[in-house]
Amino acid sequence: MLLQVENLEVKYGNIQALHGISFHVNKGEIVTLIGANGAGKTTSLYSIARLPPPEAPRVIGGDIKVEGQSILKTSPNAVVKDLKMALAPEGRRIFGNLTVMENLKLATYAREKGANLEAEYDHIFELFPRLKERREQRSESLSGGEQQMLAVGRALMTGCKTLLLDEPSMGLAPVLKYELFRKLKQLNEEGMTILLVEQNAKLALELAHRGYVMDTGKIVIEGPSDEILANPEIKKAYLGG
Amino acid sequence: MKQYSLNIGMVLSAILVLTAAHLGWIDNYIQIVLMAVGINIIMAASLNLINGNMGEFTCGHAGFMCVGAYVSSLISVYLFGSKFGDPQLPIGAVFIAFPIILLIGGAVAAVSSLLVSVPSFKTRDDYLAIISLAVNYMIISLLENMDTIITFIASKYAKLFNLPDPGNIEIIGGSRGFQGMKDTVWAMIDVFDGPWMLFWVILVAGFTVWIIRRFIGSTYGKGVNAICQDEVAAEIMSVNTNKVKIINFMVAAGLAGCAGGLYAHVYGYVNPQSFGILKSTEAMVMVYLGGMGSLSGAVISAILFTALLEILRSQAIIDFLLSPATFLFPDWEPSAGVVKWVVIPLMLVIVMQFRPEGIMGNRELSDVFPKLKKFYRFK
Repeated sequence: MLLQVENLEVKYGNIQALHGISFHVNKGEIVTLIGANGAGKTTSLYSIARLPPPEAPRVIGGDIKVEGQSILKTSPNAVVKDLKMALAPEGRRIFGNLTVMENLKLATYAREKGANLEAEYDHIFELFPRLKERREQRSESLSGGEQQMLAVGRALMTGCKTLLLDEPSMGLAPVLKYELFRKLKQLNEEGMTILLVEQNAKLALELAHRGYVMDTGKIVIEGPSDEILANPEIKKAYLGG
Repeated sequence: MKQYSLNIGMVLSAILVLTAAHLGWIDNYIQIVLMAVGINIIMAASLNLINGNMGEFTCGHAGFMCVGAYVSSLISVYLFGSKFGDPQLPIGAVFIAFPIILLIGGAVAAVSSLLVSVPSFKTRDDYLAIISLAVNYMIISLLENMDTIITFIASKYAKLFNLPDPGNIEIIGGSRGFQGMKDTVWAMIDVFDGPWMLFWVILVAGFTVWIIRRFIGSTYGKGVNAICQDEVAAEIMSVNTNKVKIINFMVAAGLAGCAGGLYAHVYGYVNPQSFGILKSTEAMVMVYLGGMGSLSGAVISAILFTALLEILRSQAIIDFLLSPATFLFPDWEPSAGVVKWVVIPLMLVIVMQFRPEGIMGNRELSDVFPKLKKFYRFK
């Protein structure tokens, strides 16, 4: 088991956001967390990525384990560097005044020297050809979809083995959305483990192997995604009939 | 070719200036102004690393200049001066020793910057401004009272071991300032009569600009830029933000320390009060005038600002500029020293009003004039 969350309880200030959730991600899987707004999906991801303050959620109970080791004392940069888990955050958060290439280069910050980066840049550009066209452009001048691709590409350039994706489809046109999800599938087939947080439940469940449905800080339903897709309650609550 | 054109051009113009100074084509006054420009370039470019590239706000940069100035002055006087007894080194060693002295001054300044960066980077926002301001004052008053402290410790020590009381010890000179660094400059001139301080200033200023350009261009420097934009995003992109911030601060403070060492040797006299909040403000004005995060902006505004300060120091020019006013109010006799401090803040207000991003914004010269890229590449 690659990632294991056990009875995680998390607070923002005085407000408890997670009431003891447990889930796990196996190697090579795509797992999705779905649920309504405020269900605690993003909070779970932020807790796993050990986000620094001011956005940091405070863990008050439970544990997060990567390959059996607790990561509650790990710093955010070490999560990326040593545990090879990279977060592509909600709202992209790319570095606007750097060019596309510089954004990608920045992500290699903690990579060991002598890694074959050229091949990896090529791989990113193969996945997202639009980025190659715009490699010398300032990233703030990219369109929303291109920025999202850059955010994913940037996370990949950290050399991660696990990708934590927070609402990658937010603000994307349907065509771009499907394109992005096809790329994610391709990445998974190449061996990437993906933990996906998504509002678009149907799309996410079609992509994922397993899913967890969250509601107000708890996990209400879990199982293989086709089971969740077929569940009449879920259909009613999240998939619109 | 274009890879080296800028370096070649810079070396040629440096040689030209040095030859002109050596042969007496430019007089001592112009040389002093040129050296002030060089020192201000170092100050502005290094402060730009923190206030511009990293997006933090420090306002005690002159404190590190002060540390560098005093440390390098003390070593230089000890090694080549006659103030603390005979010179320790033969005058021929001065050309090797002087850059090392400057670097030691810079290194001590860099270490002293930890006093600011370690406590303030644990928090966010305005704390750095407050702490840096406090440390600036602390450094000044520490140096002013250093002799008293040393005397106190020495007398306690003497009492403890029943030695004769050493009396008042004067090493640093307190608020009266410290001098004797000119001995080092004379030592250089004894070996070869040339404009040595101008040479060192040009060398260190060039070195500063080069090293900052390299630093900003590296992946490490991109981390600095990322911190400025979005610290959380930088952290989750595996940038160790705390470490990068502290190292960036140390680089900037170290370069300011080198500037202080040069300043001390150019004028041959240092006084803690000359590294007060006004000096820090001058450096900040240069950074904001030039445009935050733009290295060429910092260099350009350092040149313009120093030139403007020199122009406004001349009573004749002040009288000429204010002749309409003095014509109307014949009793008023404007003094250059006062008018300077009216014009500079006013200029800053006007720049902030009409061009808040500064002269260059956060762009470099080659971004503003893309055609320049044909002629040079600066990496």
